[in-house]
Amino acid sequence: MSLSPRIVSAKTWLPRIAAIAFLGCGLTIAAQDTPLFSVGAGFFSDTSGGLTTLQPAIAPVLVAPLGKYLLVESRGDFREIYAQNGASNEYHSHFFASMAFAQLDIIASRHITIVGGKFLVPFGTYNERLTPFWIPNFQGGPLIYGIGTKPGGAANGGMARGDLYSNRDVQLSYVVCFSGASNIHDLQSARTFGDRISFFFPRQRLEIGTSYQRYLEQTHLNSEGVHLWWLPYRLPVEVRSDYAHTQTSHGYWLETAFPLFAGRGGHRLLAGLQPAFRMQQTFRIAPNIAGEPDGLPAVNTQEADFGLDYVAHGDMRLNTSYSRSFSANGNKNIWDASLTYRFLFPMWRGSK
Amino acid sequence: MKIQAKFAALLLSAAVGVCAVCAASQDQPPNQAPRRKAAQQQDRGERAFKANCSRCHKPPEQLSPRIAGTVIRHMRVRASLSADDEQAILKYLGL
Repeated sequence: MSLSPRIVSAKTWLPRIAAIAFLGCGLTIAAQDTPLFSVGAGFFSDTSGGLTTLQPAIAPVLVAPLGKYLLVESRGDFREIYAQNGASNEYHSHFFASMAFAQLDIIASRHITIVGGKFLVPFGTYNERLTPFWIPNFQGGPLIYGIGTKPGGAANGGMARGDLYSNRDVQLSYVVCFSGASNIHDLQSARTFGDRISFFFPRQRLEIGTSYQRYLEQTHLNSEGVHLWWLPYRLPVEVRSDYAHTQTSHGYWLETAFPLFAGRGGHRLLAGLQPAFRMQQTFRIAPNIAGEPDGLPAVNTQEADFGLDYVAHGDMRLNTSYSRSFSANGNKNIWDASLTYRFLFPMWRGSK
Repeated sequence: MKIQAKFAALLLSAAVGVCAVCAASQDQPPNQAPRRKAAQQQDRGERAFKANCSRCHKPPEQLSPRIAGTVIRHMRVRASLSADDEQAILKYLGL
């Protein structure tokens, strides 16, 4: 097949223009702005109601600045899931691969960053902050995760976010986002609109915020959330919590962690030891709307999670926990253990 | 005579005062002001780091200076860091 001269010309020049643009951006990258490549690696064991699931996983992260005002970010997740069959007790495995986000950030001004691409839905705090598996204190996500993050925690569209106002006493930050619908396998998303507003008081390390999502598919749904995080400087306690509400259900999680020995002298090995406790409750207001499940348990559920974690130098984490779940569908024990490690290195040597 | 004595005492006390001020100013090394400013910046950067980054995660064991700017820019987007906090944390990290 012969191509028209105009197309041939474009085919010739486009790569050159792209190369010049890329090199132009590269030349303005400061020495400390070398693109980074990070890999989280982990092994997860979960025994819930007597059935065990084992998952080795890796999560590569790429962060590449392009010039002074652009940033490309992406995170993938690859895992093999070995799940025990309830009837035969045999293990069956399947491979699972997904892309958590792939986004371009444009730092437009001191107060506005424009984000485009596939990004994590900024509802509540869990989805954006605690889904990298090397960060959270508990291996299992909260029961209310489904509220405000439909369908699956990611959105395809645009977002404006930033620090609206800040001084020594208070910081006000915001996120406004929209998403289009997509049925493409790795880019599944729904038509949504949402926002989040947070007040952070740095002297107290106290954060209070609200989230909202309007789901605009066949059934229009509103989701609202409130979050409160408090990590006092002088007390060895960290409090994180989210409350979320939608038309069919609502619930909360409240987590406390106790870094008892961190930064307080004593034996170096003890510094990484951290007990944690999480309380969760979900309440069913109405049955799920057909075709639009909210992701919460079908009946009211209470769960108490008791964890004992060990964090070594911030890069390696051993999480263990026991949970007791209470619901009208039956109570159950959940035993979790995971070991994660995060590698972080520049993509190339660069100049010092 | 009394007036002269009073005047002499006043002169003496003024001279002592001037000497004391001079001595105090000589105690300080000439480059103290920049040092104090650097210490204040370091303190501000440490506070910004503790307030923003440590809210979600522990600091990594090692952070190569080559990628520190990239990490902070990522945090600026993810944690809605202010531009001032971004610069303060970069300085705190010694860059």
